[in-house]
Amino acid sequence: MSARRPLPRWADVALLPFLNLVLAMIVSGIVIALIGQNPFDAIRIMAYGAFGYGEGIGFTLHFATDFIFTGLAVAVAAHAGLFNIGGEGQAYLAGLGAIAVGLLLDHTSWLLVLPLAIVASAAIGGIWALIPGYLQAKRGSHVVITTIMFNFIASAIMAYLLVYVLKPMGVQEPSTANVVAAGKIPQLRQFFPFFGEAPLNMTIIFAILALIFVYVLLWRTKLGFAMRTMGHNPSASLYAGISNSKLTMIVMTISGALAGMVAVNEVLGVQSRIVIDITAGYGFVGIAVALMGRNHPVGIALAAILFGALYQGGLELQFEMPAITRDMIVVIQALVIMFTGAMEGLLRPGLENAFMVFGPKQRVEAAMRETVGTEG
Amino acid sequence: MAQRSPGGAASDLAIELKRINKRFGPVWANRDIDLKVKRGTIHGIVGENGAGKSTLMSILYGFYTADSGEIYVNGKLEHITDSRHALALGIGMVHQHFMLVDNFSILENVILGVEDSALLASSLAKARKELKRLADEYSLDVNPDAIVQDVSVGQQQRVEILKALYRGADTLILDEPTGVLTPEEADDLFRVLKTLREQGKTVILITHKLREIMAITDTVSVMRQGQMVTTMPTAETSPEKLAEAMVGRRVLLRVEKGPAHPGKPLLEVKNLVVADDLGVDRVKGVNFAVRAGEIVGIAGVAGNGQSELLESIAGMRDQKKGDVVLSGQVLSLEGDDGAARARAAGLAHVPEDRQREGLVTQFEEWENNILGYQNDKAYGEGVFLDIGAARKQAADRMQKFDVRPANPRLKTANFSGGNQQKIVLAREMEQDPDVLMVGQPTRGVDIGAIEFIHNQIVKMRDAGKAILLVSVELDEIRSLSDRILVMFDGHIVGEADPATATEGELGLMMAGVPPEQAAGAKVSADLMPNGGNP
Repeated sequence: MSARRPLPRWADVALLPFLNLVLAMIVSGIVIALIGQNPFDAIRIMAYGAFGYGEGIGFTLHFATDFIFTGLAVAVAAHAGLFNIGGEGQAYLAGLGAIAVGLLLDHTSWLLVLPLAIVASAAIGGIWALIPGYLQAKRGSHVVITTIMFNFIASAIMAYLLVYVLKPMGVQEPSTANVVAAGKIPQLRQFFPFFGEAPLNMTIIFAILALIFVYVLLWRTKLGFAMRTMGHNPSASLYAGISNSKLTMIVMTISGALAGMVAVNEVLGVQSRIVIDITAGYGFVGIAVALMGRNHPVGIALAAILFGALYQGGLELQFEMPAITRDMIVVIQALVIMFTGAMEGLLRPGLENAFMVFGPKQRVEAAMRETVGTEG
Repeated sequence: MAQRSPGGAASDLAIELKRINKRFGPVWANRDIDLKVKRGTIHGIVGENGAGKSTLMSILYGFYTADSGEIYVNGKLEHITDSRHALALGIGMVHQHFMLVDNFSILENVILGVEDSALLASSLAKARKELKRLADEYSLDVNPDAIVQDVSVGQQQRVEILKALYRGADTLILDEPTGVLTPEEADDLFRVLKTLREQGKTVILITHKLREIMAITDTVSVMRQGQMVTTMPTAETSPEKLAEAMVGRRVLLRVEKGPAHPGKPLLEVKNLVVADDLGVDRVKGVNFAVRAGEIVGIAGVAGNGQSELLESIAGMRDQKKGDVVLSGQVLSLEGDDGAARARAAGLAHVPEDRQREGLVTQFEEWENNILGYQNDKAYGEGVFLDIGAARKQAADRMQKFDVRPANPRLKTANFSGGNQQKIVLAREMEQDPDVLMVGQPTRGVDIGAIEFIHNQIVKMRDAGKAILLVSVELDEIRSLSDRILVMFDGHIVGEADPATATEGELGLMMAGVPPEQAAGAKVSADLMPNGGNP
């Protein structure tokens, strides 16, 4: 009989993710060594590329902006016991809202465009997530399945629109028209030359606001209370008079809205238009970000920066070490996602045992649970 | 040759434990436990939750290994390594939750794990003969070809006992065996246990029901906080003395309450039909009313529709037909937020399964204190929660209901069962509802807390509330209720007066016999040590 106790909070939120990251680095290093490159050089290049100079930091934070939105989207749903895997499709389709505001208000001011674009893309992302939410609440179709399917549907819709409907005359590539004036969200490099050519833009302010919003929502509002009740124990929320079906739809809408905000960053902040696959898998990375960040805004902010660094450092590495191809970067990113996300429980039992052995307080509490818990 | 137990007449002891110690970390689950169980007796072990009874039996049955101490089986020192070893030494255990394969026949369950060969036919034939012999010897009649899920709970328990006997058990450990039985079935079980005793088997009975101890055991041992407090012949003790030994202070076993002064009906249930999750009707047209200032108890064996009835009135389950009327107003309970409307209409509900429904165990205590009432203005205007106010109120209620430890920031899972129940009761009672529904108020609750909870319920009654009580503990129903309704198979079989109805009558009604027939029936003497009085 082993009586395990949950890890102390600091170990759960800091030590465990760190060890997972180290494990991912070791395996990545082995892979890099296997193709005949020096893994230490590779890590040095990645670290420098992500944090070593202004432009690198700018790129890292730019990617982090996306990951904050998609990570929060997953976390909000997770607190209510829902698994929204559809962030990718929600963000992609939400691009339509961003570009519509950008093009329509191109002649006005970014002060008007930015908030309206946020609202428009959030609305489209929210609606796209509400449909699976409705299907689960009223028809019992599980959101995990439907949100995956909705990613494909969103992708097909966007491809159709970009090829047949939105592509301006005379353009070869499937894309929308460009915003050229006020539709372009101001870049931070315009104010801080430190960031070089990095596409870091004003959207990051909304990412920070979103972090605060989610914290307040979950732990300071009645709605958040209801969400967490349902997430922990749907029978208790039924008992408490919380409508699980309504709440499912509300939560999915909020989740989709957060994912949708990615579109503003990419469409109006970088490309000035929508191109095919503009969301580039950021929606999926959000799952790993939320897992690694323990569904808490602070953890998500840190995990988002880590994944931003991984993306940016990966680009740098590809540039500096020609033997490491783009595919190899994907392998490294995948290893980090795998160890910190999918297999985050790998080290947990061992770590819990270690705490059992070395922490007297832990041993007392485990023993208490054991004796009290098994009495008939 | 194995070491002999010291002290002469060792051979008449089936089991002897000497100075058993078991620590989990620094906590002593068992400390210097000595226990002598005479062969051919029924030996009761009582104690509160956490007293160490189950740990001790787990050591005897080979689930745990003691840190120190000696176990003698039939006078021989043994080092029991696992439950297979315990069985080989003739020690069998009947668990509280049966370990049966529901869709196997009784015969198949009996031979499960002890088949002689890869082909079943010979084992089955042998087992059939052996089962016949056991059935004759111990009057344990079962139909070996019946499928386990089709037979009653009492029959399933017999299968568990047969399984142990088939494996050659001389000493049977039974862990809370009557928790799931009707009084009739419990009666049967006790008859079987007495036959086992007559045939020379030894029975160790773990229970928290003092009346059962008094009715059937020869010797009783009391445990408290990991230590053996006392062992004495049952004839020389009384339920009051045992309760005192268990808790460590004087405990009032009977509920002190004056006569009820019922007023106008506050809760009326009219022709209610409710289906379970699979769409099967579990409440089949039920009518009753609960008046202000009275406690109406619903007695019945678990699974006869009481749970669905409570859930439906509380707005957690849609009704197929019928009405729930609260203070004259028909409640609209459709949709999955019916519970909110029921609460708004003045109904408070302490659910049967507090951990699954009444609490979010991962929450801090103060969060559970507002569960169900989270939208009240008391906890903040508008969309925001006033956490300060909620925590302060939680702390006040913890004082008032003596919840320990009185820390509203503590995770709810870390409170004991009794304290968790007090958290739920405090929340529901302090809302000052018109109608209070209480399901299994003292399930898994220590004796000391039971007294407090019962007093609180009576206090609510005396404050003019209508109280509907559902419990599988017949004693609890009888001592608390002003009127008893007996439920069987989704119907209310009849009403009984707790002051005059005997346990035997109620037991028959719980088995579906109408009250007029039940009243004349013979009452078993086994369960009636005080002549049928509560």
